[in-house]
Amino acid sequence: MALQEKYAELIQSATTIGVANLAVAEQDGVLHVSGTAKSTADYDALWALYNKIDPNMASGDLMMNIDIKADAGAQLKVTTDSTNLNIRSTPTTEGAIVGKAAHEEIVTLVEKTDDSWWKIKTANGEEGYAYAQYLSPL
Amino acid sequence: MKLTKLLMAIAIITTVSFVSCKPKDADIKAAVEAKLNAMPDMIKGATVDVTDGVATLGGECKDDMCKTECEKAAKEVKGVKSVVANFTLPAPPPPAVAPPASLTTTLDAAAQQKVKDGLKDIKGVTVTFEGDKAVLTGDVSKADRMKIMQMLAAAKVKSDVSKLGDKK
Repeated sequence: MALQEKYAELIQSATTIGVANLAVAEQDGVLHVSGTAKSTADYDALWALYNKIDPNMASGDLMMNIDIKADAGAQLKVTTDSTNLNIRSTPTTEGAIVGKAAHEEIVTLVEKTDDSWWKIKTANGEEGYAYAQYLSPL
Repeated sequence: MKLTKLLMAIAIITTVSFVSCKPKDADIKAAVEAKLNAMPDMIKGATVDVTDGVATLGGECKDDMCKTECEKAAKEVKGVKSVVANFTLPAPPPPAVAPPASLTTTLDAAAQQKVKDGLKDIKGVTVTFEGDKAVLTGDVSKADRMKIMQMLAAAKVKSDVSKLGDKK
């Protein structure tokens, strides 16, 4: 219960901005929060709030497994720092590189394979798996 | 003249019969209300309206059987010619939301690989896996720290970042 109180502002905010399927549960000293944010902006706002409540997110007491709503066919922006994003044949960095998407290029979501790897397609028709961390739904 | 008298007569009769009817409807209404209010476990916020012996019933019934029962109860009241039942059913409960999946995921080889994949492009960080946690060591920028935490959450991996320092 104590963790729910610590992160009450975050949970309240997630409810207010309309995070779908919001679920909260505390287990073994970790608060698990899951759901789907409507936009990348909402997602960023929740993470900023987490960083504010728990400075530097140093406590390791929150598992915020929030994803961003994006259906197959959605447009995604490549949000690497500056480099190209590798597109691979399998959803792991062991997979062969079958293509590259440039920094800030817009690609199309084919399938959310899991929370870490998404299958995407570039405008050139290159299709494969890229690390979801570097893809932001528009 | 004859017509005027006739019309007046009709008007008076109508008024008298209307007035004489009114208390009767009110009595019926009171009787029906009393009956419905005697079933508090069946119906909430019962409303009754009676016009010329026709009772219009409203309120929130707990189920379809309750609707039938309430309608029957109202019909049994003396003076009720017919019943219009406009009951509502309680709103369905919101769909159950599955608990966070991260509650049951384990730090298996696939999850470890996801963490390694995610850290590949972030310099100065090493990861070891202890128990159910990814233990991170090194110094990172604030932006990279955010990326690491987001990546771990996406992979549903619990973490120990107490040895993760800020890049000077």
